[in-house]
Amino acid sequence: MPSSNVSKTTLRFWQLALLAGVFVFWHVATSPTLLPPLYFGDPNRAAFIFGEPLKVLARIWDWFAGGDIYRHLWVTLVETVLAFAIGTVLGLAVGLWLALSPFASALLDPYIKAANSMPRVILAPIFAVWFGLGIASKVALGITLVFFIVFFNVYQGVREVSPVVLANAKMLGASPRQLLRFVYVPSATSWVFASLHNSVGLAFVGAVVGEYLGSAEGVGYLILQAEGVLDINTVFAGILVLTAFALALDGMVSVIERRLMVWQPRSGETERI
Amino acid sequence: MSTPALALESITCTFVSRDDPAQRYTAVRDTTLTVAPGEFVSVVGPTGCGKSTLLNVAAGLLEPSAGRVRVFGEPLAGVNARAGYLFQSDALMPWRDALGNVSAGLEFRGSDKKQTLEKAQDWLRRVGLAGFGDRYPHQLSGGMKKRVALAQTLILDPEILLMDEPFSALDIQTRQLMENELLELWSANRKSVVFITHDLEEAIALADRVVVLSAGPETRPIGEYRVDLPRPRDVAEVRLAPRYLELHAEIWHAMKAEVLKGYAQQQRK
Repeated sequence: MPSSNVSKTTLRFWQLALLAGVFVFWHVATSPTLLPPLYFGDPNRAAFIFGEPLKVLARIWDWFAGGDIYRHLWVTLVETVLAFAIGTVLGLAVGLWLALSPFASALLDPYIKAANSMPRVILAPIFAVWFGLGIASKVALGITLVFFIVFFNVYQGVREVSPVVLANAKMLGASPRQLLRFVYVPSATSWVFASLHNSVGLAFVGAVVGEYLGSAEGVGYLILQAEGVLDINTVFAGILVLTAFALALDGMVSVIERRLMVWQPRSGETERI
Repeated sequence: MSTPALALESITCTFVSRDDPAQRYTAVRDTTLTVAPGEFVSVVGPTGCGKSTLLNVAAGLLEPSAGRVRVFGEPLAGVNARAGYLFQSDALMPWRDALGNVSAGLEFRGSDKKQTLEKAQDWLRRVGLAGFGDRYPHQLSGGMKKRVALAQTLILDPEILLMDEPFSALDIQTRQLMENELLELWSANRKSVVFITHDLEEAIALADRVVVLSAGPETRPIGEYRVDLPRPRDVAEVRLAPRYLELHAEIWHAMKAEVLKGYAQQQRK
């Protein structure tokens, strides 16, 4: 790392200082009284377009203190987790199947490429028609996003199982089923974990975009409502909450990853005697 | 003579290029090799001469284009279940710790869990890795990985041991250590061993018999030498014995032309 001569605490301090700086700039630039209007004729217009950080933070405080937000966060979380879990299992199963069956893989190859290159967010309205405005349509959208990431990684993972490891397992007496369980699946799983950050992120995107396009609950719904009445502060508050939420999810993934992938070498790790 | 543990009968292996079926490469031609029960045979040959191909055929991982493999008199079909295979490169499962790797074979056979664990611990101890059971392969050094691989193979008590330049990636000290350990384990429980190497010194130091292969393509055995050095041997000391030097000179004389041929071919590629 290039920043090796900066201590962790110092770095953290400057990171927070940067965040504070952005908020201060935001506040100064949008406050109707602090600066003379530079660009907009009306001193309140900047605040109207860009929101005001103090009001945004106040809104977030209201949400959490008043307890309004929890229901929406919970819905978004459930959608994300369901989309992630189902998408991962499907991707794992189909990836394993296609990687181990050359005919099926050759047959479906063009269709998989087509399905992957299609902008799948566009399916959201269709899912809304099929599955209604509840959780199911958001989960379905998330699944289509997660599935392909996991699928391609598993497919790759199985294809790249070391032939020597495979031959060795065969010599040790592994049956085809045992090869699947003890060699292919663990190898593929490592590739799934490599894409975990991506797929959790996309499950989240699926949930929020789904909510945004039509729903009655969830953080995306909150933002949609606020936009409808041009309440920029609430929109920004929603975006901030979503960002923090996504960061928290990502942090959880990192913890799980460290727990489960102990067998993988990390760079810079030395032998522990 | 009793039934050989392993008999390769007139084996020919021709590989056909997948893109262009007209392109063929015959790695091994008309090779016959037998190994008696309890015999340690080294197979030496110049690099790229199809030694590994021959071993894969013996293991049942590769089907020969022509010829037959017999294992204790029975024709071989599928993977050779009576053989253990020690690979040249890393063959451990990286997602299992040392103990998990050593016990894998017994798990595949559905052995009792507790007994499997005890046996695996015991084998780790025998290869000098007691207390390293919870290490993953990436946390082990090259020599330690080879020991785990050795334990992984020997725990199944195979009647035939196939070894494909297993120590070629190790530094010379570790290598001699491992060679001595191998000899010790082998003399405690004599199995038939086919030990492939390109290192003539290693071949003579370890084996009862050295088979020399010609340079590829169309590799075939061109000489067989009985190594009548007394056992037990120490691989470092045996290299100083007069008889060893005699054998080395004799076999090297036969091999030299082939090595040069193999080298010239590699230059041309």
